Formats: sequence, C-alpha cells, structure tokens
Amino acid sequence: MTNQNDMLSPEAIKKIDREVAKYPADQKQSAVMAALVIAQDEKGWLSKETIAAVAGYLGMAPIAAYEVASFYNMYDLQPVGKYKLTVCTNLPCALSGGVHAADYVKEKLGIDFNETTADGRFTLKEGECMGACGDAPVMLVNNKRMCSFMLPEQIDKLLAECK
Amino acid sequence: MALIDTINPLLTTGWSKGDAGWSLKDYEARGGYVQLKRILASKMTQDDLIAEVKKSVLRGRGGAGFPTGLKWSFMPKAAPEKYVVCNTDEGEPGTFKDRDLMRFDPHSVIEGMIIAAYAVGAKLGYNYIHGEIFDMYQRFEEALDQARAAGYLGNNILGSDFSFDLFAHHGWGAYICGEETGLLESIEGKKGQPRYKPPFPANFGLYGKPTTINNTETFAAIPFILGMGGEAYLNLGKPNNGGTKLFSVSGHVNRPGNYEVPMGTPFAKLLEMAGGMRGGRKLKAVIPGGSSAPVLPADIMMECTMDYDSIAKAGSMLGSGAVIVMDETVCMVKALERLSYFYFEESCGQCTPCREGSGWLYRVVHRIEHGEGRPEDLDLLNRVTDNMMGKTICALADAAAFPVRSFIKHFKSEFEYHIENKKCLVDPEVQRAGSGFFKAGAA
Repeated sequence: MTNQNDMLSPEAIKKIDREVAKYPADQKQSAVMAALVIAQDEKGWLSKETIAAVAGYLGMAPIAAYEVASFYNMYDLQPVGKYKLTVCTNLPCALSGGVHAADYVKEKLGIDFNETTADGRFTLKEGECMGACGDAPVMLVNNKRMCSFMLPEQIDKLLAECK
Repeated sequence: MALIDTINPLLTTGWSKGDAGWSLKDYEARGGYVQLKRILASKMTQDDLIAEVKKSVLRGRGGAGFPTGLKWSFMPKAAPEKYVVCNTDEGEPGTFKDRDLMRFDPHSVIEGMIIAAYAVGAKLGYNYIHGEIFDMYQRFEEALDQARAAGYLGNNILGSDFSFDLFAHHGWGAYICGEETGLLESIEGKKGQPRYKPPFPANFGLYGKPTTINNTETFAAIPFILGMGGEAYLNLGKPNNGGTKLFSVSGHVNRPGNYEVPMGTPFAKLLEMAGGMRGGRKLKAVIPGGSSAPVLPADIMMECTMDYDSIAKAGSMLGSGAVIVMDETVCMVKALERLSYFYFEESCGQCTPCREGSGWLYRVVHRIEHGEGRPEDLDLLNRVTDNMMGKTICALADAAAFPVRSFIKHFKSEFEYHIENKKCLVDPEVQRAGSGFFKAGAA
C-alpha cells in the first residue's frame, strides 16, 4: 500500500495550503478543486491513489474527491501525452474554423479525439466553449495555455514548438 | 481580442491600452476606487446605496436580467455571516466578455464587489473564474494582491470599520457551474449540481449562508453607476433597460470581438461596428444572447434593437449578450447538431428529463444531419422538448430545448430537406469555405 503522505511533494503541499487559506477554517473541502489541479500538474494525471492522497490531506472521503475529479472536464483520470491539445469545436468557434482546425490537427498527428500519439507526445481532446469565441479557432495546451486564431500556419508553429 | 469599437464607453474605458492598462495604478488614474472611498468617507447607508443601484435599473448581465438592486435588497440584514460571489464562469457558447473584463480591467470588478459587500454586509467574497482562462485567473489574483496591499481589501478598509476580503476560485471545466447554485456547490468543493430553489442564495447560499451572486459585468458596472448616478446611467440606455452593455460578437463577421453600446442600439449598428458580414456574404440567422437563446432569422433580427425588451418581443433572449452571427454558408441542421451535443455533454445528470432528454435531442438531430432522419423526427424533437422545459431543477433543460424548437420553427424547410434528401441544403463545399480556415484554393 502506498503511503499517502508521500504522494504529494512538499511544493504541492505548500501550494495546496495557500488555496486552503482562502476559505473559512472549517471549509477545507473548498480547496479540493485547486488541490486536484496541483496534483494533476505534478503527476501528469490523476490516479485513484493521487485523488485519495488529496482527499486525505483535506480530510475528505476519497469518494468525495473522486466525484469532483470525475465531474469536471479538465481533470485527466487516464494518462495523457506530454502535450494535451484541446480544440474547441462548439458552434461559435466552428463558424470560424474550429472543426476544421481539429481536422487539421488530427491529420497532422495521425490521431483522433481522445487518442495519444505513439511517441506519447500529444493527446487530442475535443473541447467545449472556452469563453474566447472572438479569437476562434481556439485551443488549449495542457489546460492552462490558451492559443488564439489557430489557422494552419499557427497550428504548424505550435506543433513544432511542442517538443 | 481587445475592444475595437464602442459608443459611450464606460466598462471599456480602461481597455484602450490593452494589456498595459489593467493594474492598480492605471485603474486609480482613471478614477478607480474613488467611489469606494466616497462611500466609506461619507458613511453612506446600505439603504441609500441599494436605492442608487435600483435607480439605475441595472439588470443582471449574466443572462437572466434580474434587477441588481432588488437582488441586493433581498439579503437579510441581521445575518452575521454573509457572502458576495462573482460569477465569472463564462461558458455559454458565444460569450467572451467577462474574460476581457478580467484581462483589461479586473479592478473594476474588485471595486464593484467591495461596494456590493458593503451594501449587503458581507465580510468575505469569491470570484469563480472559468476553468479554461487560466491567464485571467492569474491576473485576477495579482490584482487582488495589489488591492490588498493598497488597503482596499482586508480589515478596516481605508481606516473605516468595514472589513471585507476577496479570493479567486478557479473552475475546471463544467458549463453547469455558470448556474448560480451549481457554482456555489462547486466553491464548496463538490460536483457542481444545481440546488432546488427556493430557498434562493439570498437566504441559503454559500455554506448555507445568505449570499449575493452577480455576474462579472454587473459588478464592473457598479463603480460607474455610482460615479455618474443611477439616473444618468439609466438614461444611457432606454427605460427598463438601463446603461450600456458588452456584446460579444462571434461567427461570420469581419471583426469578431466585444463591443460596448448603449442598451437599445439597433442590431444593424452593432453588425456594422463588427465590420459587417465576412466576405460580404448574406446574413442568414443570429443567436442574439448566447447558445441557449432561440435563434432568429435575418429579417427579424435586423429589426431588433439590442436590449432585453426588444429581443424578448422578437421571441428570443438578450441573455449574456453573446451575438452569434451566421451567414448563408451555414447548414442549420449541422449548427443545431453541435449545440445539442453541447447540452448533452454538459447536462449534470441530476434530473432525468434533462439527462435523458438532452441525449435524445442530440441523437435525433445527429441522425437527421447524417442522412438517417425520419419524417416523424421533427415532431419527436418538439415532443422531447415539451417533456424537458420547466421540468427540471435548473434552466439547462430549457437551454437545450430553446435552440431545437427555434431552429425547427424558423428553418423547418431545411430540416425537411435534410430528412427527405439525406443531405445538406447548403453545398458542403460552400460550408467548408464559410469558416475561413482554409485559404481560397488551398486543399
């Protein structure tokens, strides 16, 4: 059995503590979303053990943390490639090329949505509205970096940059 | 996308310097935090403050359009523990105004929230920021640090006896958290499943305590309203539709982006500001208030003014002010298919009519789009929406139903053509060219 306290690095714990401090002292659970993000950033994805470690640290039942991890779209409950690309294909983006941008990436990488390239470099996801429809086509790299106006040239540049 | 054009700029006065104008010193240089100082120095009463906001007829900018001052007045005075929450979980397809508010003028939101907290007697607040805009979350945290260091947040703000602190809570990808009680659940560290109402958040909100929750743009308008007076703000717009409003224009226009215009501005003017139709093509349809609002055909839309009452009269909703413009290259069946997939994907699963109904809507529209539609499918779709609307805890079921009903109502012949001929009325090559992704002539 894994020692849960070893699952999270001291740096991660420090970041989680900063989140916990935002909420009333008896509401530590409020920090679970942020804590899971911090854990995912560190581990690359969220295994059941990692989720349990986060739950343990916040004094929650593991299932309560798992409910959160499985509810929100950007938690990865399976390993993903080094670069997770999420392309918005929702209607406002599609009107300005969102679906075509996704098709272009699929062809370039030889994978479909929810697949990872054989070298483990890229995972491709279909995204829902990112709230940046004026910048369409829009993509997210590893959940946190938003790329705007992704026409073929910009996509080529991004893929080349992701070593 | 920075602001391109505006009439009577208020909310966007600070946007002209782009990313170089968001910090505290810039905000103060353009009159920021003056209203907060005035309220604290004059010991303005909560009642007077709320009365001023009521006078402005500011209506909630998140989509529902509920009068803000009235909402604030519902907060129980005596409760010892109260909260103010900002809804920046901007995930309604077509809406991207709050992202730019966070980006170019986060302090206007902070000042608006502090003033709201003073008005309702809250000591603690949270801004729930959409998961996909991490850069804006970071910027807001930085702005909070600046405000705290300057004494605008924390204990005894600016030497007064008023204390309030504010933090940012980052979402992580769930449309349903834009629903206010789903959002509160999410801050509590749970699945974002909406709560039964009543009780409303003013009585039972965050951690079960009285809570005022408003949209980002609503809070951002507060300092401007107090600066110019409620009546002057109201007069910028039209009766019952006070002030200016940010419109996010997306789709087939030459210059997609955010535009701030007075309420009551003709749609034709807004379209012109957005550079007109891309490639000079013909306007086919507009979704005037975010993907949940019923679609309107071009001729009806061109007669509308951009305010709650005009759009409602035309049979749709102003919603969040997200104007999705579609030209003649759009297949309406394919457009609806994508929206229906969105609601199916984002239904939280709590209520059966929504969980199952949104799946039915998507699957049936999908089969029509893919040449497997049946003559009875349009009736079936309408019947499914009948069994969804008004039968669930929150409005997501209605939001899934409105596009289906309105697309079928206004573009029925296109759906019938699809069912009969098993293909799009609009040539696939024309559709492909419409997105502008491929350069003309390229493969």
